[in-house]
Amino acid sequence: MGEKVLMKGNEAIAEAAIRAGCLHYFGYPITPQTEIAAYMAKRMPKVGGVFLQAESEIAAINMVLGVAATGKRVMTSSSSPGVSLKSEGISYIAGSDVPALIVNVQRGGPGLGGIQPSQSDYFQAVKGGSHGDFMKIVLAPSSVQEMASLTSTAFDLADKYRMPAMILADGTMGQMMEPVELPETEPNTFDKPWALTGTKGERKHNIVNSLYLKPEELEKTNFERFARYKTIEENEVLYEEYLMDDAEICVVSFGITARVAKNAIVEARAKGIKVGMIRPITLWPFPKKVLRAAADKCKAFLSVEMNMGQMIEDVKLATECKKPVYLCNRTGGMIPSPEEVLAKIVEINEGGDK
Amino acid sequence: MVVFEKPKTLTDAPLHYCPGCTHGIIHRLVAEVIDELGIDGRTIGVAPVGCSVMAYDYFTCDFIQAPHGRAPAVATGVKRADPENNIVFTYQGDGDLAAIGTAETVHAAARRENITVIFVNNAIYGMTGGQMAPTTLPGQVTQTSPYGRDVETVGYPVKVCELLQNVDGAAYLERVAVNNPANVKKAKKAIKKAFQNQLEGKGFSLVEVVSTCPTNWGLTPQKALEWLEENMIPYYPLGVYKDIYAEEAK
Amino acid sequence: MSNTCNILFAGFGGQGILFAGKFVAYKGLLENKQVSWLPSYGPEMRGGTANCSVIVSDEPIGSPIVGKPDVLVAMNLPSLDKYENEVVSGGKIFVDSTLISRKVERTDVDVYYIPATSIANEQGISTLANMIITGKLLKEVPMLGFDGIDAPLSKVVSARKAHLLEVNKTALKLGYDY
Repeated sequence: MGEKVLMKGNEAIAEAAIRAGCLHYFGYPITPQTEIAAYMAKRMPKVGGVFLQAESEIAAINMVLGVAATGKRVMTSSSSPGVSLKSEGISYIAGSDVPALIVNVQRGGPGLGGIQPSQSDYFQAVKGGSHGDFMKIVLAPSSVQEMASLTSTAFDLADKYRMPAMILADGTMGQMMEPVELPETEPNTFDKPWALTGTKGERKHNIVNSLYLKPEELEKTNFERFARYKTIEENEVLYEEYLMDDAEICVVSFGITARVAKNAIVEARAKGIKVGMIRPITLWPFPKKVLRAAADKCKAFLSVEMNMGQMIEDVKLATECKKPVYLCNRTGGMIPSPEEVLAKIVEINEGGDK
Repeated sequence: MVVFEKPKTLTDAPLHYCPGCTHGIIHRLVAEVIDELGIDGRTIGVAPVGCSVMAYDYFTCDFIQAPHGRAPAVATGVKRADPENNIVFTYQGDGDLAAIGTAETVHAAARRENITVIFVNNAIYGMTGGQMAPTTLPGQVTQTSPYGRDVETVGYPVKVCELLQNVDGAAYLERVAVNNPANVKKAKKAIKKAFQNQLEGKGFSLVEVVSTCPTNWGLTPQKALEWLEENMIPYYPLGVYKDIYAEEAK
Repeated sequence: MSNTCNILFAGFGGQGILFAGKFVAYKGLLENKQVSWLPSYGPEMRGGTANCSVIVSDEPIGSPIVGKPDVLVAMNLPSLDKYENEVVSGGKIFVDSTLISRKVERTDVDVYYIPATSIANEQGISTLANMIITGKLLKEVPMLGFDGIDAPLSKVVSARKAHLLEVNKTALKLGYDY
């Protein structure tokens, strides 16, 4: 690792991607993620890479599909409304079994919404978010350092499992600066015998395709893909536990709201309330096992998110509704304050939701 | 001795196209050109959504199937991944290229993206069963223009070569047909030039092939060719619409 | 203000609010402290109000959003109006008294009035009122301190503007000495 530098979250993603061997970036301007494109526009020509501002988000994701099919690392980035436009392409990427990275620096919605930070694309990110049976790996950084490190993780997982991976950040994570150490090591490489490199007359043609007109074949393909997903759920779950050893109340939160919740937890602990946090780092695969285990120890859960309550559904599923799950949320670009989260924790500690 | 052989770049898979459909001829011409240029080992095709969606089964080169209309964007990615090696062509119909994919088409041309576009214009949506296309002629009856295309309500056909003529980035645009042997020869020459341009780094080259759809036009193959000659070609005149290098050479 | 300092810089877009914040954050980083910097963003940045949250701490930083600042740097009246009452009791408020004519109403905070904009204009460095007020900030907030300003300055002043290093130092010093 190199020296610590102050970087914006968006810039950290861009630099980490280049260091992960991603030399192709396609995008379209949208606040609050434009720094990624700006950084790429500056850096790519200097490292022999390609930066291309596409005519639309739709074109950009399809350019990503094109590069991904050749086996090279490639990414795009956008913010909420732009990611909706990319959703068709993401489904094709999943259906064609090619790896690619999509970054969503979320802003408030629906519609054009606003430009302030949000987590309201959670459903879109983790529940497929486009047509067809598929999942994508979804990573939720909670610091600028993680914006960088999870970017290389995302490329590795995408390559390993031949599927789309997404960094689900938000406007705060994208805009804030924190010290970050970037990797100096060579990126991991993966064999890609399926890649379109030209047959060179040496092999049968490779076809990257998501069309299966015979339902038996499409079903088989989907079964195979979901078997792979099962392996991912077994092996690739990432989460952070914070003060969970003796916790009676378990906060569940990701990204920027996990940071806010930490402040509240420190305050609550000072009041003698036994509260901790499980912070999912992979939103898909969701850390179900650790939450299920926590449901046996804790008396209540509190989902803290910047939407109308989306992840809370996964918390309820993971904990099998063994214990009450409360919600502390703001939406539309508003960020909950530590005081709001603390008040909720106190309320739960005193016997529940008032 | 002249032996009539199947081009090396075509697979043995039987074509699924309807009797009298000109896709078969156009596939063959593309394959012959790839053979003649000796580029089969470095060519990557991009299939559209439409009748030719399964083109990947018919060519021996690497292939990717693109979302509807997005073939030029996918081709841009494939080309830029390895511009020195990859020879990239899209094969698109009229709905794909001139309706849902208009933006991708125009902007790939504007970027002078170094790809080859084979555009098959048969004035109808074939795969979905004969609906009105962006290139359906005024008055032409289709499933979704059952009283004939009424330009007052649904507007006019899109003339792709004429449209792209005004895009500075477009390097080479030619409209051909495959309705008779002489035109087939001209079409092959155009397709070859469109690939050669790419090999020479000359940029965006598009060949529009005015074609038939006997099934959805409700005509026999022979009648369809006659209809093409009487109706399509007058509306979509054949010829070179742009060749910036030929213009420079003058 | 034990081992964490939550600072809010606020003013007009174009006053160098974000730059001053970045400088303070970099200074903390180079002194091996934990730091975060979070700007307001959006159309309001173009000539409207701008602010940034800077946290310097000995501990890992939770929320990067400064809602209850220990230190407020107010470079225009709307900022003082908006944030005066958010400052923690016992906190500090730095006021550009050239641009803000009113006094701070709170009595439970330490207030420093610096005519930063006037000083900057007098010294022919009219764009550096931000750094003058920051010089005072470094002096009055023990957790920050004035020593070692060169290294962070060279991090935030881009190489092609290296000629601006000295005037930035001058500005910081003017604030420190005020």
